[in-house]
Amino acid sequence: MTLAIEITGLRKTYGSQVALDGVDLSVPAGTVLGLLGPNGAGKTTVVRILSTLLAADGGTARVCGHDVAADPGEVRRRIGLTGQYAAVDEMLTGRENLVLIGTLYRLGRRATRRRADELLERFGLTEAGGRLAKTYSGGMRRRLDLAASLVADPPVLFLDEPTTGLDITNRRTLWATVREQVGLGTTVLLTTQYLEEADQLADRVAVLDDGRVLADGTAEELKRKVGGEQLHLRVRSATQAVTAVQVLARSSTGAEPMLDADGVSIRLAVAGGVTGIAAAATALRDAGIEIDVFTSSAPTLDDVFLSLVGRTPGPIPEEVPA
Amino acid sequence: MIALAVQTTALTNRHLRHLTRMPMRLLGVTVMPIAYVVIFGYLFGSVIEVEGGGYREFLMAGIFAQMMLTNLQHTALGVVDDLRNGIDDRFRSLPVAGFAVPLARTVADLTRVVCACVAMAVVGYAMGWRVHNGLTSALAGFGLLLLLGFASAWVGVLVGLKLRNAESVSAVSFLVVMPATFLSNAFIPLTGLPAWLRTVCEWNPLSVVVAACRQLFGNPGSAGDSWPMQHPVPAAVGLTLALLAIAAVLATRAYRAK
Repeated sequence: MTLAIEITGLRKTYGSQVALDGVDLSVPAGTVLGLLGPNGAGKTTVVRILSTLLAADGGTARVCGHDVAADPGEVRRRIGLTGQYAAVDEMLTGRENLVLIGTLYRLGRRATRRRADELLERFGLTEAGGRLAKTYSGGMRRRLDLAASLVADPPVLFLDEPTTGLDITNRRTLWATVREQVGLGTTVLLTTQYLEEADQLADRVAVLDDGRVLADGTAEELKRKVGGEQLHLRVRSATQAVTAVQVLARSSTGAEPMLDADGVSIRLAVAGGVTGIAAAATALRDAGIEIDVFTSSAPTLDDVFLSLVGRTPGPIPEEVPA
Repeated sequence: MIALAVQTTALTNRHLRHLTRMPMRLLGVTVMPIAYVVIFGYLFGSVIEVEGGGYREFLMAGIFAQMMLTNLQHTALGVVDDLRNGIDDRFRSLPVAGFAVPLARTVADLTRVVCACVAMAVVGYAMGWRVHNGLTSALAGFGLLLLLGFASAWVGVLVGLKLRNAESVSAVSFLVVMPATFLSNAFIPLTGLPAWLRTVCEWNPLSVVVAACRQLFGNPGSAGDSWPMQHPVPAAVGLTLALLAIAAVLATRAYRAK
């Protein structure tokens, strides 16, 4: 198994703020790693170091066997980067944007044009190809940005929050395109704030918080850690809440129920899908607990965090762009 | 070398396309200097006496040089724009020669400088400004001005990369351009100044370029006693090339820094 991306002990500080505190990650060639974490976790810093935009303070990072610090030129030849902010030139047409990138790669005039047409076609931008990018919608702009990062068909692709700010339709379209690209053998490192996105696209997921990797595994493994369905309920009184916690701890097979700070809200992870939820509801009814709110949902990033670090991702300052 | 040429050409074309698609920007750099020529020409022209010719003949070289220096602000704002919208990150993540990105910008910005020069020359001509030493000499004068414009653009790249936001760029550009032009012979003859101030003004590189242009255009202007005023053309070429070299080295280094 060849590793397309290898990161060992990566460290980066901005002034007194530690952005990366010894990050280890490896991505086998042809697979997708989802880097999951809240704002300020260090996701963008990892991507910026891997794409040679930022120098690390410690540790090593290699892309396709080339060290990003020692051999940035070789790394740049092998990567595509799509950032959080669609980096296209608004005053050029979609086509001109792609041709410019192809020329900078020195693909040759004819090959550049052919590639631009191919990509416009593939991303549904053929019609819009002759219009200035500033007239594009958010979704089109993001597609053009992704197309631009694929001009030279790089073996490794970095997607930094590729769907942040997109509506669900555009998000789905982008996911389909990324999957298609992975099908062609591209290695992808994807950063995201959404567990669902990591779930949809990634073979493995690494959870990053405060510059450290908290967990690393398949999406399934991660969700198993959190438990299945997330149950949120609110009971009538604090006394009942204490009883409810005891009842739920006995009846459910999932994680320990947790009482929120308000004294009447309880959340717990329930294994076994609908059966598990029904069992919890039955147990509460039998114990005579009066319930005001009873909802269940799929695990979210908050739940992953809650189970991994025992707290929700708090208000952490925005990631510092270098 | 071929890579650098191909990439610089592609990036220069990008800037030139911007210029044709945002003609208002070109309007900004041509209308301003024309306004200077008209306002200064008539306003100062009625109170300032210049030996050996009219004030408007004297003024033109000063305005030309001032506008070349002002070029740094426009370049710096362009650099800040690319940093802000992420396109700069894209270029850096590509296998592009580090020198190509700032080189393309400064070369493309020469177009703007040429447009400004042509506009000013036309208005100046209409107001009675003439060159008296022949075409070759006049072209040499414009060549020197373009060299100053090019060097200013490199200073602009450095300023843009270091400051990274439009407000600071405007403030710093003002702080560079204002003292440089007013502590010079651009608008006033230096003969009436106290000796110490006159020395400062005569050694100001901008004064040297202005004096050189006046000599090459055959326009009036009193020569001082200092070495650069006695030999304005070689001094101006030397100083401008030195400025260009220093700015280019520092700007390229700033571009590569992460």
